[in-house]
Amino acid sequence: MEKQNAIEVNHLTKGYPGFSLDIPQFVLPQGSIVGLVGENGAGKSTLIKLIMGMIHPENGSVILLGRDNRKDIHLLKEDIGVVLDQMGIPECLNSVQLGKILATTFLHWDESCYEQLIKSWKLPTDKEFKDFSKGMKMQLQLAVALSHNARLLILDEATNGLDPVIRDEILDILEEFTRREEHSVLLSSHIVSDLEKISDYIAFLHQGRLLLFDEKDRLLDNYGLLQCNGQELEALPKESVWIKRTTAYGIEAVVDRRGLSGVENISPVSLEELFIAMVKEGEQ
Amino acid sequence: MNLFIDNKSGVPIYEQIYSRIKEQIINGSLKENEALPSIRNLAKDLRISVITTKRAYDELEKDGFLYTVPGKGSFVAARNTQLIREEIFKQIEAHIEAVQKLAFSCNLTRQEVWEIFSLLWEKSDEE
Repeated sequence: MEKQNAIEVNHLTKGYPGFSLDIPQFVLPQGSIVGLVGENGAGKSTLIKLIMGMIHPENGSVILLGRDNRKDIHLLKEDIGVVLDQMGIPECLNSVQLGKILATTFLHWDESCYEQLIKSWKLPTDKEFKDFSKGMKMQLQLAVALSHNARLLILDEATNGLDPVIRDEILDILEEFTRREEHSVLLSSHIVSDLEKISDYIAFLHQGRLLLFDEKDRLLDNYGLLQCNGQELEALPKESVWIKRTTAYGIEAVVDRRGLSGVENISPVSLEELFIAMVKEGEQ
Repeated sequence: MNLFIDNKSGVPIYEQIYSRIKEQIINGSLKENEALPSIRNLAKDLRISVITTKRAYDELEKDGFLYTVPGKGSFVAARNTQLIREEIFKQIEAHIEAVQKLAFSCNLTRQEVWEIFSLLWEKSDEE
């Protein structure tokens, strides 16, 4: 059997005054974690809203877990756990009350899973949601997303504004979630280092366009950092080099190793450096 | 099985998994027919990509160190002495190349390098 894609986006366009999103193709292979990288306003949230059917595209389609997201979206949402920057949890509820309501909302609500997560993350049971800290709010949303037997998790900026320890714990939870082959995750963030830690695939989004989509490790293998002087730089093929910084003492550049056979002393590059280099290149 | 991945070494992750597992098969700490962790579990435990882990396993299988039983997982293949000899031969060659590079960098002659080597060899013979 051919492996299914958890998300398939085809020829999707959406326009706003001063901004347009145009994604010819984007897929999330089942069982993998895809990291969506983009600066503020790149269109990450727009893309996620389109995928979730919260807004409608001008053209194109989204196939979620094998089904068109315009049909039966309410059934599809049973299978999808979502954590958005804008929370949808009523302010006046505590975690116990929330659990009771959701038990009647979702078809496959897993009460014991929810209670266990609340307990292991030490979330308060008597405090109202509005009095939660930012990290707790995010964790409670995540607990909900994980407690209704979802097969796909979509997290929009879920780790932003959280401390490194909690961010790391969330990444652990996502690794644990994807131990099952039918579980997939789409994670957007501008904290590129988080995505670098965990993603199988990386998508770069810039000004509503997909700059790049590739396996993370292949990106890290293919690209590198090179320190050289102006003369050495002249000798290199231009299309494989993005200059990062020029100082009086030398030049630092992000390079595509595939175009530079025989050049030594190329050091590893981080996704963040690669992203910045590509975005700046596009602006020139 | 012991497995450490160094994210900052610059050595591709799949190469690291490949050579660590191979090392342990060659030195016998992974025994014939021993089950290896599933690709997915290993990837999640080490926090590395599933695709990369699969590539390493595929390479190991292609080179005759592993065999896969569909639905059951991957296992250590029977020790192929010829294969292991070849492998060690390759490693020796790589080390000698490194020695040669170093020798060139300070103009050591072949004779001088040979003397160092003989001396070390005799010393370890005495022990």
